[in-house]
Amino acid sequence: MNQAAPSPNAGHKRYFFQKFAITERLLERCLGEALDRGGDYADLYFESVTATALGVDEQIVKSASQGTSAGCGIRVLSGERTGYAYTDNLSPERLLHAARTAALIASGPAKQTVQGFVETPGADLYPVPLGGFSLDLADRLELILRMDRAARAFSPAIVQVRASYSEELRRILIAASDGAFASDTQPLCRLGVFVIAKQGALTTRGSAGGGGRAGLEQFTGSKSPETLAQEAARGAILQLGAVPAPAGEMEVVLGPGWPGILLHEAVGHGLEADFNRKGTSAFTGLIGQSVASSKVTVVDNGTIAGRRGSLNVDDEGSSTQETVLIENGVLRGYLTDKLSARLTGATNTGSGRRESYQSIPMPRMTNTYMLAGDDDPADILRSVKRGLYAVNFGGGQVDITNGKFVFSASEAYLIEDGKITAPVRDATLIGNGPEALKYVSMVGHDLKMDEGIGTCGKDGQSVPVGVGMPTIKLDKMTVGGTGR
Amino acid sequence: MPELSPAAGQTTLDLESLAAEVVAQAMKAGASDAEAVVREGDEFSVNVRMGEVETLKESGSRGLGLRVFLGSSAVAGTRSASTSTSDLTPDGIRQLVEGAMALAKVTEEDPFAGLPETADFGSVSDDLHLYYDDVYSLAGPERIEWARRCEAAALAADPRITNSDGGSFDAATGRKVLANSRGFVGGYRTSYAGVSAAPLAMDSNGQMQRDGWWSGARRLADLDSPEAVGSEAARRALRRLGARKVPTQRVPIVFAPEVARSLIGSVFEAASGDSIWRHASFLAGKLGVAIAAPSITIVDDNLMLLPAGAGGFGSSPFDGEGLPSRRTVVVQNGTLQTYLLNTYAARKLGLKSTHNASRGLAGTPGIGCGNLYLEPGALTPEEIIAGVPGGLYVTSLMGFGTNLVTGDYSRGATGLMIENGQLTHAVEEVTIAGNLAEMLMNVSAIGNDLVFRGSVASPTLRIDGMTIAGA
Repeated sequence: MNQAAPSPNAGHKRYFFQKFAITERLLERCLGEALDRGGDYADLYFESVTATALGVDEQIVKSASQGTSAGCGIRVLSGERTGYAYTDNLSPERLLHAARTAALIASGPAKQTVQGFVETPGADLYPVPLGGFSLDLADRLELILRMDRAARAFSPAIVQVRASYSEELRRILIAASDGAFASDTQPLCRLGVFVIAKQGALTTRGSAGGGGRAGLEQFTGSKSPETLAQEAARGAILQLGAVPAPAGEMEVVLGPGWPGILLHEAVGHGLEADFNRKGTSAFTGLIGQSVASSKVTVVDNGTIAGRRGSLNVDDEGSSTQETVLIENGVLRGYLTDKLSARLTGATNTGSGRRESYQSIPMPRMTNTYMLAGDDDPADILRSVKRGLYAVNFGGGQVDITNGKFVFSASEAYLIEDGKITAPVRDATLIGNGPEALKYVSMVGHDLKMDEGIGTCGKDGQSVPVGVGMPTIKLDKMTVGGTGR
Repeated sequence: MPELSPAAGQTTLDLESLAAEVVAQAMKAGASDAEAVVREGDEFSVNVRMGEVETLKESGSRGLGLRVFLGSSAVAGTRSASTSTSDLTPDGIRQLVEGAMALAKVTEEDPFAGLPETADFGSVSDDLHLYYDDVYSLAGPERIEWARRCEAAALAADPRITNSDGGSFDAATGRKVLANSRGFVGGYRTSYAGVSAAPLAMDSNGQMQRDGWWSGARRLADLDSPEAVGSEAARRALRRLGARKVPTQRVPIVFAPEVARSLIGSVFEAASGDSIWRHASFLAGKLGVAIAAPSITIVDDNLMLLPAGAGGFGSSPFDGEGLPSRRTVVVQNGTLQTYLLNTYAARKLGLKSTHNASRGLAGTPGIGCGNLYLEPGALTPEEIIAGVPGGLYVTSLMGFGTNLVTGDYSRGATGLMIENGQLTHAVEEVTIAGNLAEMLMNVSAIGNDLVFRGSVASPTLRIDGMTIAGA
């Protein structure tokens, strides 16, 4: 092992070496077995996760749970082929068996040797660990009890409150036949609150949440239990007076922060290199071409301290980075992992991620956001004759191949003659990825990141992500309501 | 071609004894009640893209979950907590038990929490035909060949099929065991095999469309041929070519079975006891009330056999709390007959469990369906389409725009326009919107084409009064 200076990684690595009796010799043996049938590349991904969740429901601390899992995934690449095997038993025999299974993707004599390990320089984007997982959960309970109280105090119309806290400590160690060696300990926690409001025959819901890769001290300001609870309660009560959402194409203003899910769906997924390498994305072959208005610059950045989508290293042991996806409207690049970078000759953007040791890594987003522009958000709203102002959303989805994407507004208002008027009921917005951002005519100076609630699904694998956006105006987008 | 050994049997460990032993340890540690689950599973999957193996995966894993209760008095109720682990060594189990007991102490008494009453466990069906070892009977190279054949059939179907996300073959087996301190111990094995293809079609304007098709079964012998699956996948991708937006309008919507089933799933969720006692459902308070057109009957049958004789995809001998599976009529001729309940939701509502507890490794049981379906009608799908002067035939839906509290429904849709009873051109980039409470009442035709391709199934449905938002 070449190691220039003591790194923060030492502790992460020691955890696996001590707890599971892993040695460098064993790692080398496993990689050797994995390459024994002629593979080009092999890697080992060790993962140990502890997850804790607490829930207050009807003012009672009803639930507490904790889960631990550990395992190793072994991957062998041979040309464009991937062989994969995993085991939750980390004994040398089972690891070697998994290596031999993954090795079968190639057929022939061994041609690659295992390189000496060189540790990936570790960034230090989050505190490690999250105060350990002692079962003294009083601090955490207090946060959710505060959310429960604040939501109930908001209005007598709030009839149900469920508040939850979840935290996860994920330790990973990656060793690859090309010498890549990395380890990390990744904390992640989140507060969530869900409320029901009732008035006469009307019942509505509201929810809010926040979190990130940081300790409990992050739950202040916009992420304080009281702020989150009030957000959820306010949203539910607002819906009690909502009118049907309009239907059809119109001007749409998106508020700052979480509405950045637009970018995640409209362009983010379509720019993941696996789809483009295979020619299955609507963005295939569009590098250097205009895919958005010149006011639009979109980046994916895995290096922002403490954020939910950030990582010191990706799940292939590569450093994460800031990657420009769209610059002044022009498509600049894709998000790549080791396989797609090697096959396309592109730079590896450190975007190889996976849900767990049971999953094959692939290019994924981290924190995806649009840079701020010059417009005043108030001017943006004033410029709209008749349209929709959407400030909060549920989930979204995209069809990579034809580019069509949806995202569902959970808090939105009509704009009439430049003024925000009635709140509208839930409605889905739909657009076409390579076209939608061409209609961005104004970009606010108020870039905001979301509060840390996003989970992205792709091929059945979920990973935490972030989004962000300033207030923007789209001259045209289809709003899927029922109104006229 | 790589040689593959048959899936290695993970273990000969007696999982029933293990689960019972974990329960005993929890009781010894001071729990007033305890429940343990053990899961064991293995999976094989291969994806072939453009004729070459792209990914090949083969593995197995196990997990253990524990739920403990600390009761103080019958009136105050009980505290509870749960833990789970992948470490099945004596040390791992000791930590699982200690962790659960310590966690339970931070919770508060809930008068409704607890295991089902002992008398309710009864006897469970012994063979629901859920497991067939033929899913692993193909040799490694043959599995790859099935995936290749499936993709090849799609690629060969039409010159406009120009690209592919591949063909795949999957096989999996699993074993679930549940034991609790009220004397219940049970377990069952399941198997699954599947073959699928996801081709891309391109038209002369360069527009690309992707679609896919699959066949899944508990028994390899029940799978459709890879060729049939591949050519159906191609047909689906091809019919999307030329798709365009249509103007905003209010017209009848015909839901193809593969999307109609999501509506039935929403009815189940809205009728789930947890949503009901929370008032978080548009069906709260609607027991015994007409919630749908009189033609609608919805059944959840957890014991069902499929026509070929294998157990349904949602069948199981007992639910997530060990209560024997049964057949439940949810909606009869439009009237809501029952809420769907686990023990907790039943106690909250003063009712009896409908034996619909679902249980993962971690956490408290949820509420889940078995084989959930809408009973078929008499019309063929063609007859339903022929009866629509102008409307949209929806073949896929996007997004999460279903609000079960208000019933508001707004989702991205893809499909084919219906003009004078004929399917004309493909449609995309539109939404369809309405309110579930009204949509259920406005079902005006039900197809005769009920086929179980998963645990939730519906025939073709026509619903009037919805809005298409488009250009």
